Amino acid sequence: MSKVIKFADEEAAVLELSRLYGHFGFKHFKMSKFEEYELYSQNKDFLLGSSVITFTDTNGSLMALKPDVTLSIVKGSNDNFDVPEKVYYSENVYRIDKGTHRFREITQLGLESIGDLDDYSVSEVIMLAKASLNAISDRNILDISSMAFILGLLDGIELSDRKKTRLIECIRTKNTLEMENCCKEYGIGFEVSNALKALTTIYGPFEKCVDELKAISLNEKTDAAAAELETVYGYLKLCGLDGGINLDFSIVNDLNYYNGVIFNGFVLGVPNVVLSGGRYDNLMRKFGKKSGAIGFAVYLSELSRMMRSGDEYDVDTLILYDKGDDLSAIAQHVKSVSEQGRSVRVQRTKGGLKCRTVLKIKGTEVEIIENHD
Amino acid sequence: MKTMINVALPKGRLGEKVLDIFEKAGYTCPAIHEQNRKLIFENYETGVRYFWVKPSDVSIYVERGAADIGVAGKDILLEYAPDVYELYDLDIGKCRMAVAACKGFRDNTERTLRVATKFPNIAQTFYSKKGRDIDIIKLNGSIEIAPVLKMSDVIVDIVETGTTLKENDLEPIETIVPISARLISNKVSYKFKNREIRELEQKIEELCKNR
Repeated sequence: MSKVIKFADEEAAVLELSRLYGHFGFKHFKMSKFEEYELYSQNKDFLLGSSVITFTDTNGSLMALKPDVTLSIVKGSNDNFDVPEKVYYSENVYRIDKGTHRFREITQLGLESIGDLDDYSVSEVIMLAKASLNAISDRNILDISSMAFILGLLDGIELSDRKKTRLIECIRTKNTLEMENCCKEYGIGFEVSNALKALTTIYGPFEKCVDELKAISLNEKTDAAAAELETVYGYLKLCGLDGGINLDFSIVNDLNYYNGVIFNGFVLGVPNVVLSGGRYDNLMRKFGKKSGAIGFAVYLSELSRMMRSGDEYDVDTLILYDKGDDLSAIAQHVKSVSEQGRSVRVQRTKGGLKCRTVLKIKGTEVEIIENHD
Repeated sequence: MKTMINVALPKGRLGEKVLDIFEKAGYTCPAIHEQNRKLIFENYETGVRYFWVKPSDVSIYVERGAADIGVAGKDILLEYAPDVYELYDLDIGKCRMAVAACKGFRDNTERTLRVATKFPNIAQTFYSKKGRDIDIIKLNGSIEIAPVLKMSDVIVDIVETGTTLKENDLEPIETIVPISARLISNKVSYKFKNREIRELEQKIEELCKNR
């Protein structure tokens, strides 16, 4: 398979993406490693119920190793309406691995834009999300959706949280049949249930699907949500970044936190989401802040499995010597190999190493034992 | 070259039925009918690559992207809650998830109910909705023996015809949820192989509707 991910390793990705965010004036935000546990216990849903590693600090307060960065940024935001905050971060966070059910350290790279958000500030963040994906791989897709549209459809319908969650779950799994059953069970009217059913199937290139979306729009709120998506797409087009933008409602997030445009990024060959973000004004309100906020995170650990340096050898040249060989002879051969720009490792036995060339010191001369060049 | 769709099929009777539907929908693969020990079968003309896996593993192959699509029972989807798209109800492999107990069983609500099952999550969710305190005994097979040997009060298991239950002097006492086979898709494959997967979904849907 051809190399899909452009970066050789995680560090290279962090470097390149940080440069991109810095270029647009986002400031690097270095965070403390710990956070008071209370922050997470009060916002469990935002972390999707994930556990955190806790410990007691020397003053007796309960602290946590960060499972997430966004909450800390929101908490610390100075909520200044006039001067927007634009920050990016690259931090290690600790989460439970879905497969092993044990804690795992993952690198989270992301950015947040906080303030009196307008069309530009929202579009800018989504443009950067798409630019990040382009930097990662040529074969990528950015799916965009709108929580405002879903909320608009349900506007004026009395539903318990549990019922709403079930409807959202149907959209998330594209389960049209289950959606139909739910709508019947909850007594949702014909127009709305048709629209909800449509949301489970709408998927494809933005320009093609946005008309389908507008066709099921039912009120001012849904009209506005569709118009916002069109504005964002229009801006991406202006930037020449409109390739691989799809409309997809299955990427729904928690209704309690997210309220506007949301988006997920994918690259060919990685079976999970590699970039995820959205507008989360509702989370700001929970912290009593009036600003709007939008941001995203890139999940580098998902990518790292696909990153390969492409080198099949452990080292270019391996020099073997015997006990008692003259150090000056070793030094001379190491120098001459190094001058050819090749990596060199020196030891007495080859072991299981894979090397392009294996040399053996014989007095002042060397004997070529293996050569794969 | 045609884009290949990787399909995880559940080994066994259900899988044979599923393969039949896929082949009738145009996704034929002569190699799969040959008698040999191969596990993966391809047909470049129709663009499919089939492989047989343990039924309870289908959702894992699909979730991890090794298979683009697969067919799994609703019981597996409820138990493991994999992060996949549930595209279509094939309306085959129909049965129900039920609570069963020895004939004449009286539920003593004073005590913790001992439940033997292969599906601890489904059992847990079902009883926590009722607020009932239960003790789950996770088994991997021959669940029916548990209440007979008084290891558990009831079992939570799949009931198709009820014959196995009857032969062991058990009877279903409550249905938890009806079960049938579902067409599932990996979320990322659905995006990168959208045209192919949607075409397959449509062909299968048409075929199933006209059956």
